[in-house]
Amino acid sequence: MQVTAELLKEVGLSADEYGLIVEKLGREPTQVELGMFGAMWSEHCGYKNSKPLLKRFPTEGPRVVQGPGENAGAVDIGDGLVAVLKIESHNHPSAVEPYQGAATGVGGIVRDIFTMGARPVALLNSLRFGPLDEARNRYLFSGVVGGIGGYGNCLGVPTVAGDIFFDPAYSGNPLVNAMCVGIARRDEIMRARASGPGNLVLIVGADTGRDGVGGATFASVEDPEASHRGVVQVGNPFLEKLLLEACLEVLKTPHVVAMQDLGAAGLTSSTVEVASRGGVGIEIDVAKVPRRETGMNAYEVMLSESQERMLVVVRPDGLDAVRAIFEHYDLQCAVIGVVTDDGLVRVRDGDKVVAEVPTTLFTDECPTYVREGIESTKIAELRARDVLAVPDLAEHGDLTASAALLRLLGSPNIGSREPVTRTYDSTIMTNTVVPPRVGDAAVIRVKGTTIGLAIKTDCNPRYVYLDPYLGGAHAVAEAARNVSCVGAEPVAVTDCLNFGNPERPEIYYQLSRAIDGMSDACRALGVPVVSGNVSLYNESGSEAILPTPTVGVVGRLADVRRHVGMAFVEGGGVYLVGALQATLGGSEYLALIHGQVAGAPPSLDLELEAAVQRAVRDAIAQGLAAAAHDTSEGGLAVALAESCIAGKIGGRFDVSAVLAANGGRRDVALFGEAASRVLLQAPPGGEAALEAHLQERGVPFQRLGTAGGDGFEIEGHLALPLAEVVRAWRGALS
Amino acid sequence: MQFGVITFPGSNGDHDALSAIELGLRQPVEPVWYRETNVSRFDALVIPGGFSYGDYLRAGAIARFAPVMEAVARFAAEGGPILGICNGFQILTEAGLLPGALLRNKGLSFVSDWVHVRVESNRTRWTAGLTPGDVLRMPIAHGEGRYYADSETLERLEANGQVVFRYVDAAGNVTPEADPNGSANAIAGIANEQGNVVGLMPHPERAYDALLGSDDGLKILSAVLQAGIDAATARV
Repeated sequence: MQVTAELLKEVGLSADEYGLIVEKLGREPTQVELGMFGAMWSEHCGYKNSKPLLKRFPTEGPRVVQGPGENAGAVDIGDGLVAVLKIESHNHPSAVEPYQGAATGVGGIVRDIFTMGARPVALLNSLRFGPLDEARNRYLFSGVVGGIGGYGNCLGVPTVAGDIFFDPAYSGNPLVNAMCVGIARRDEIMRARASGPGNLVLIVGADTGRDGVGGATFASVEDPEASHRGVVQVGNPFLEKLLLEACLEVLKTPHVVAMQDLGAAGLTSSTVEVASRGGVGIEIDVAKVPRRETGMNAYEVMLSESQERMLVVVRPDGLDAVRAIFEHYDLQCAVIGVVTDDGLVRVRDGDKVVAEVPTTLFTDECPTYVREGIESTKIAELRARDVLAVPDLAEHGDLTASAALLRLLGSPNIGSREPVTRTYDSTIMTNTVVPPRVGDAAVIRVKGTTIGLAIKTDCNPRYVYLDPYLGGAHAVAEAARNVSCVGAEPVAVTDCLNFGNPERPEIYYQLSRAIDGMSDACRALGVPVVSGNVSLYNESGSEAILPTPTVGVVGRLADVRRHVGMAFVEGGGVYLVGALQATLGGSEYLALIHGQVAGAPPSLDLELEAAVQRAVRDAIAQGLAAAAHDTSEGGLAVALAESCIAGKIGGRFDVSAVLAANGGRRDVALFGEAASRVLLQAPPGGEAALEAHLQERGVPFQRLGTAGGDGFEIEGHLALPLAEVVRAWRGALS
Repeated sequence: MQFGVITFPGSNGDHDALSAIELGLRQPVEPVWYRETNVSRFDALVIPGGFSYGDYLRAGAIARFAPVMEAVARFAAEGGPILGICNGFQILTEAGLLPGALLRNKGLSFVSDWVHVRVESNRTRWTAGLTPGDVLRMPIAHGEGRYYADSETLERLEANGQVVFRYVDAAGNVTPEADPNGSANAIAGIANEQGNVVGLMPHPERAYDALLGSDDGLKILSAVLQAGIDAATARV
């Protein structure tokens, strides 16, 4: 084999990395080995740029049962149960073939959950696109939404929450992050660690074809458009449903030693990872792998990313029982190899050995890079800009408070998500207590217990762009706040770090600082990171995406009946809990109305954040609140409008205290953004009790008014019929 | 009363039907895999929602050929109560146990939402004891739920009282907005002539607990239970 620069580029290895492989192996690698190294040492599988940074995350806590390193993380939720959670990106495939890219993203994350022996109970997705006035972005948007619904609906796992954000920086490089949550018995969790030499290695599910050959490498290069569509896999949710039921049934038998799904880098990563985690060797014969196409060589079989496949390690005496279960579900299952004790990954093609590499060479010996991060001066200048230089709201003309409110409500980043969420089955499995569009987070019950889980994804990428440390902290704080706003205690984080090319110092700076910010917020709020995924090289042309560390939070409700949504009810007093000061820095208002992404994002006092969240969820648990809603993008006026829209009720509010706290700037008072702020409504007649509770907790609060009537009024600033407010909000994505 | 839930490869509402009957109705129930050929041990059958056989070819088109369907047809002919929900409704029309067909929704996209339906007839095993005019709130989740039949069939269905549920607003009125998929005559569910086989697009098995938004679906499951108890009492 002639090793040329082109060949190395194709497998995604540098000349130095190739040299390292030759040195460690003591010989030149075979073609199959080279392909396997390319996949295992890619950023996608090997985390070579991010591994040193990821160590900064807090990953321990009293509830943590499984931290990072397995297919998914797990936290104790009581009653002998765990919540299993993971988020993963499918950005590059979705940029090329949006429907299948998003669909297989859902399929992959669901497999990560049931591989652990957990039944998947909820799906979420966090999406980022370029503006919808470009045809290509509309195509990507509708394809991605269609793929998510098409796969999740068929599989029968409800899609209950998520977030969508539009910005020109995502044109050509959309982000598709899919999250899944499952539930398992704590003592029945399965891990992907092969053990016991002589145990059998099975491949189960779909046939192996050429689809997705080289996908992991492809996900770690800058320009997905330069590659071709053939790399994107095609999903079959019907087959996945059978695989899901069969695997959960097989895991109830005592015969399974380990289970690992075939995701990125297919058979290569799954065999290497089960062997590596178990500290053993593995030998497989690619000739025994059932194929979809003729003429496939060992290289293609080892690097295929055909979907809906699972690697199962079983004890030999259990083979017949395991096989019978898969056959019941009409799934084929082939014995392709054995666990060995020689610490080698050995791949045969019939009689011929085509690869033989020490397991640890693929994993532990993967080089890692610690780079120097330097902040972009352009961004530092943007952050320093005086955002109050823009003119304040006026009494007349285009820039009145009511005109700005209607524009914000009708903007794609704030308006109704109903056209999207209506295409996702959110009620299947009969667990959904707070469905999409009703609360700040979704709430599902855990059958057979009083426990509920609240789930949400979030990240404001503008904040991260303008200040990666602060923005990273905000992403954690806001996702946790959303979970607190339905009454749950945040218990675990899963994260998906979407960034540009880390080899560029200004991108590495963003990645490193965002992780620092996230880590500090996780510590302050007591939520460990239990799983995650890194997606780098998100660039098209020379421009990187906005840095987007998506955060998924799972929260726990001891009594699922004690929850609230965001909808105001007639007659209850409405309070703003948290500080009154806001800023236009990094705000949706500044971007939409004045066309600027600039200024310092809101400051974040993590102690206040923790206190506000605790006060809010305790108020809900004690029955002192009728509604709660985080005030985020669009500020106070938008949050008030959203809670009125959800409650189908108007309201009259007085924000004079907020105006005074913001130096009389009307735009800042109404549309400025801030952390640690929640709208909390007392049930009718419950004002005194709620005020006493907030006072006792020592968190700042301000009464704003009462919900009622069919007009939406902020005294002295704007008064609109509720129907007009609703109309503007509804039209945002249609 | 022993319930059976017919499960095909790709069914995904089977767990919900089992939960609704076990936890909501508190009756014994077991899944029936599509390869079984005898269902005579059951007093009532539910064909749940999902994407049987991946909805390949056409929703329900392949499931009708499954081995269990012959037994289901016999069960129907003998007067046994059968409820087809969503994909189960599609399978029943494909199998000829109910008239008409389910086409793609008028908006061409999948719709997941809560709807109201009005009980139009209580002369079926699954609505006995309900009052015509009662409004029930249940979820829908389907891409192919637009009921279609030729005008002759529609007239016959209406005249015979075989239209069992109609999409309405919360106040019980038929309006264009209340019909989520463009069904003929706003039909959400129908029965066969004998009234023992009923198919509907909304999901009563997802509405068995007020915590989930509604327990109206239990009224449908309870109706067949009560009818069964009455019949058993009469036999004694």
